Amino acid sequence: MALRNVRHYPGFLAMTVACLVILYAPLLVVMAYSFNDSTSITNWGGVSLRWYTDVFTGPEAPRFKAAAWNSLTIAVIAATSATAIATAAALAMLRAGGFKGRSLTYALINLPLMVPEIVIAVASLIFFSMVGLTPGYLTILIAHITFCIPFAYLPIAARLQGIDGSFEQAARDLYASRAQSFFLILLPLMMPGVVSGYLLAFIISLDDFIITNFVKGAGMETLPTAIYGSVKQGIKPNIMAISTLMLGVSILFVTLSYLINRKGQKSL
Amino acid sequence: MTDAVEIRNAVKRYGNVTALHGVSLTIRDNEFFTLLGPSGCGKTTLLRMIAGFEDVTEGEIRLFGQNIANLEPNHRPVNTVFQHYALFPHMSVIDNVAFGLKMQKVAQDARRKRAAEMLEMVHLSAFADRLPAQLSGGQQQRVALARALAPSPKVLLLDEPLSALDLKLRQAMRVELKQLQEDTGITFIFVTHDQEEALTMSDRIAVMSAGHVQQIGTAQEIYEAPVNRFVADFIGETNLLPVEVLSVRDGRAEVTLPGGHRLQVAAAGQGIGKHHLSIRPERMALTEAGDLQAVVDRVVYLGTDRQVIARLEDGTPLHLRLQNSDRVAVPAPGKRVGLAVEAGAARLLAD
Repeated sequence: MALRNVRHYPGFLAMTVACLVILYAPLLVVMAYSFNDSTSITNWGGVSLRWYTDVFTGPEAPRFKAAAWNSLTIAVIAATSATAIATAAALAMLRAGGFKGRSLTYALINLPLMVPEIVIAVASLIFFSMVGLTPGYLTILIAHITFCIPFAYLPIAARLQGIDGSFEQAARDLYASRAQSFFLILLPLMMPGVVSGYLLAFIISLDDFIITNFVKGAGMETLPTAIYGSVKQGIKPNIMAISTLMLGVSILFVTLSYLINRKGQKSL
Repeated sequence: MTDAVEIRNAVKRYGNVTALHGVSLTIRDNEFFTLLGPSGCGKTTLLRMIAGFEDVTEGEIRLFGQNIANLEPNHRPVNTVFQHYALFPHMSVIDNVAFGLKMQKVAQDARRKRAAEMLEMVHLSAFADRLPAQLSGGQQQRVALARALAPSPKVLLLDEPLSALDLKLRQAMRVELKQLQEDTGITFIFVTHDQEEALTMSDRIAVMSAGHVQQIGTAQEIYEAPVNRFVADFIGETNLLPVEVLSVRDGRAEVTLPGGHRLQVAAAGQGIGKHHLSIRPERMALTEAGDLQAVVDRVVYLGTDRQVIARLEDGTPLHLRLQNSDRVAVPAPGKRVGLAVEAGAARLLAD
């Protein structure tokens, strides 16, 4: 029997529609109602941008602005640090030969992906109080850098693995120092992976709630914790607007990460 | 004159595995020298040790008298043409060629000029601004050559550079490489597993196997006077016949061939007893009586010549080549024939 296209399997259409609806209907509802003119979150009152205006100028605006600024600066610093550490880790793992404890190192780098987030959150909180760090901006930053490393590591290591060692050797052979061979040859070749890892780390940091909520301390908010705090007092349509904005930023970054990675695949 | 490269007792060990067992060889200045052997024989390891990509476990590597065994690759005046070229994919062809000069801090004008000259030498001037991915395999190969030659290395290392090309291109490149070596006067060290490549280009060849150098000599020497079974078998086609050495005197040995006939051959230190004799298939002729008696099994037409597959009376298989000519009679399968061995063509081998 000839292999049939998966589209022709019985129940394919129903299953596909069910999956898409369960995954994306809530998002679509939030996106649609963010443009609702009504103050109710369930009744449609016509199209309007009033809740977007509310986000930026309404009574909660100062709170959201401060939170957004924290989120953004933490995401930039965390993604930058995590990318630098992950790049160094990938070089050590893939270019330093088989050193003792290599498998263990690999496990340790990727462990944060496996450990339940709530466990990391509780552990981080206990750790920070034990070493005497007051919960605040710095503790959020340290926690974010830590859990961003494996996300940055994966695309960077995947890219590095695909780069033949002979490029660096050719550079060394042509009188380049170790540093020149890295900065002039290897880093440009790794760049799609590095950028992809950076964007992934950025978005993971920007979106994190559980760990941030545990280590943030009183009075310090990031966008996700600010949204949560606002929702606890009742869902208002401005939450839908701010969620839609965050979704847009996420989609933008993930798409960029994907496109850069794909372009890089072609160039090798 | 100082030798270009002198390797003294070079040993390479990876953990418990020894890739090179005390290799010693001398490569002269302005020589086209080939390291030839099957994969895993250590030829590439040796080349990479000269380039500086592998540490030398024991021994010395001297480049024009200077011990370079502990120098970083960027401090060795040698350049490499890599098997898969390793052209920098994010740089244009001209930037690739100029890279070595840039690292040597040659001024921009001078290095652009030199790179352009090198591209002209390999007939790729029109492709200077392309990216390597936009070139064919043969063109990439030439860029790799130009890039490695641009800094005027004292020695050029070539790691099976022709293996990725198709046959016609490979044959053309052989001639070009040899020409390039003669024109530039740079010592070439060429690694290959292809004996035809080695025979056609090299001034001298080192045949390697299992981490040892088996024989060093000109193409003619290693083909016509192989020192052991490995070399005789690896270079070209040969017949290895079990023989008994009866007596040795003044460098000549008297041996008994299978079938009882006796033959005088050159001896290279072998004692009395059982040895192997190498006879090239093209160095035997069909005769009435001859040194050997055989039965023809099959005749295979190969164009320029015919391969005759025969058996000696004791069952030992034997190949011979007959030139495709009206003057050479072709025996029918099943026919009994006599074979005359050309004087001097039989080599007594060390095992």
